Amino acid sequence: MNSVLASIFSADFLFSVIRITTPLLFGALAALVCNRGGVLHIAFEGSMLTAAFCGVVGSAYSQNLFVGLLAGCAGGVGIMLLMGYFNLMLNANRVLTGIALNTFATGGTIFFLYVLCDDKGLSTSLRSLSFPNVELPLIKDIPFLGTVLSGHNVLTYFSFLAVIIVWILVFKTPLGLRIRTVGENPNAAASVGINVIKTQFLTLIIGGLLASLGGIYMSMGYLSWFARDMVAGRGFMAIAAQNLGGAMPLPTFLAAFGFGIANALSNVLQTLNVPAEAVQAIPYVATLIGLAAYSSSQKRQKVLTETGKK
Amino acid sequence: MRNILTKPAKIKTPKEVEKQFNFLRIILAVGIALGIAMIIILLISDDPLGAIYSFVVGPLTTKRRMGNVIEIMTPLIFTGVGVCFIFSANQTNMAVEGGFLLGALGATVIATTLQLPPVLHPLFSMLLGGIFGMLACAVPAGLYVKFGSKPVVSSIMVNWTSLYIALGVINHILRDPSAGFLSSYKIAKTAELPGILKGTNIHAGIIIAAIVVVFGYLYLYKSKFGYEIRTVGKNPEFAAYSGIPVNGVIMKAQLIGGFLAGLGGAVELLGMYSRFQYQGQTGHGFNGILVGIIAGYNPKLVPFAALFLAYVQVGADVMQRSSDIPIELVNIIQAIIIMLVVAERFLHKTKHKQLVKAANAQLEMKGAAVNE
Repeated sequence: MNSVLASIFSADFLFSVIRITTPLLFGALAALVCNRGGVLHIAFEGSMLTAAFCGVVGSAYSQNLFVGLLAGCAGGVGIMLLMGYFNLMLNANRVLTGIALNTFATGGTIFFLYVLCDDKGLSTSLRSLSFPNVELPLIKDIPFLGTVLSGHNVLTYFSFLAVIIVWILVFKTPLGLRIRTVGENPNAAASVGINVIKTQFLTLIIGGLLASLGGIYMSMGYLSWFARDMVAGRGFMAIAAQNLGGAMPLPTFLAAFGFGIANALSNVLQTLNVPAEAVQAIPYVATLIGLAAYSSSQKRQKVLTETGKK
Repeated sequence: MRNILTKPAKIKTPKEVEKQFNFLRIILAVGIALGIAMIIILLISDDPLGAIYSFVVGPLTTKRRMGNVIEIMTPLIFTGVGVCFIFSANQTNMAVEGGFLLGALGATVIATTLQLPPVLHPLFSMLLGGIFGMLACAVPAGLYVKFGSKPVVSSIMVNWTSLYIALGVINHILRDPSAGFLSSYKIAKTAELPGILKGTNIHAGIIIAAIVVVFGYLYLYKSKFGYEIRTVGKNPEFAAYSGIPVNGVIMKAQLIGGFLAGLGGAVELLGMYSRFQYQGQTGHGFNGILVGIIAGYNPKLVPFAALFLAYVQVGADVMQRSSDIPIELVNIIQAIIIMLVVAERFLHKTKHKQLVKAANAQLEMKGAAVNE
């Protein structure tokens, strides 16, 4: 037990929490933007997976990190645009289209992985590139904090920055106002001359870019290769984190961090003498509990406001 | 006057047009998806014609492969009918995937630990499997009814949790150390579902599947309970106003759906395997969702949808063995079919024209009758 506590309250553990939170945070921010714009869907999983795959392939064939980034974003945004086309233009049910796109991403990535690498599991035969880790100049010399905060991937630092960018974008810019108006009431938005469909597509593109970064981080930062199904439900956890955070940037960040801790915990406990399966289930069970807690608090609040009105 | 008397049957009601049109749309969606698959094969394969041949005709070439189609179809019927119940109540509970796996686990528990006479043994195994599957679907359903959290995300979390529960139980309690890989002890001979056709692995499960289809159709479309489920699915406010206990009905639909998924897992395990040896999610649940969508959530049509999907899967498997096209092509085909089938506005204009034509025809007829 002592060893468990020791490994949880160590700098290494906190370092790994931040590392693991990164894709969840990107995904959660993507879900946040989409939720604000009234186009919350469940294809983040597929978007992240496609981005992870396209990033690896793009960087491997061009040997250029930037091209990899572009390819990854194109893949992730592409899934979102398909979502938009079917949902907004063809009136398809959002959840079912989401299931379809996730299936498409799972099958499509493995399909092309096999075509390109002759392997259905890993992309290790491709010489793909990774984003570098960065030592923060002054902070790295601070004893405990330095080990925790310094030496992370570029994308990890960008994910923290993205929290602020998303906050500014959604709450401080004209575009953000339009996104929120469309999300609150599309008819009212249309009546004041906002192009609803265009705004919703823009929202999906912004969400797609954020989700793509999460996927790209998975295959070009967290790991340096693509593995089948490597997103493993993170796209759904991201939606849950965004729910828990009430579609506000800072609470969403904290919720994503909470899921990050659950994930990291499962990694740490795995090395100790705990049944691996029980530990691997932690993030998913934590998400379930979080969802229940959030929804019940919402329900109570509704009851309170309703009785308050009387 | 003459006109009305001689050919009144020829004029279609808008409802008939709609029905006919939905059928046409599904056929077209399937056609487009297969077309895109052909294009992908043409672009990628070194021997596209051979690949397409083995994809299209492969399943029919040997008795064994035809048997494979029926074997793959069997579990899909169970999850497909289960999905009909859940989605008819307009609940997107995808825990049929986890329910299927837990169902297989439940069957394993009884089939490896208890000693029972032949008929009772598979019966109890399937019963516990069904209950386990029911529990999996009950979690997202309960979370929705109690707390109001939508089942979309929670059911995915339940699927992963179910996977680790199943792997954990197998690994720590039922693991056969002599097997050489992660699997349970062998299930008792008395618990196995017997094969029913020599030269294939087709087993008695297909008969149980047929019973499930009949039960599902009668329950959903011919009984008061089924009517309640469909009413709640279409319009919960109206249902509540007419005195239907909405939450109870939502819960019931998902419990039945989960039970059927779990039953499917149990049947698959007892009929096809000698031990529990799944290492990951089976995909039978998600494929069941696709089957349900193609069947329009009507259990009567589930066998046909399942047959189609099984045929495509066996075809892709034959193609994978004989050419350079991986089997995951199936997922791409499936995704395209779902998207086109659920796209309301796909072929919207044609449908509109047909409806207007039918309505006009009816009006003319009425006008003629009035004029007489």
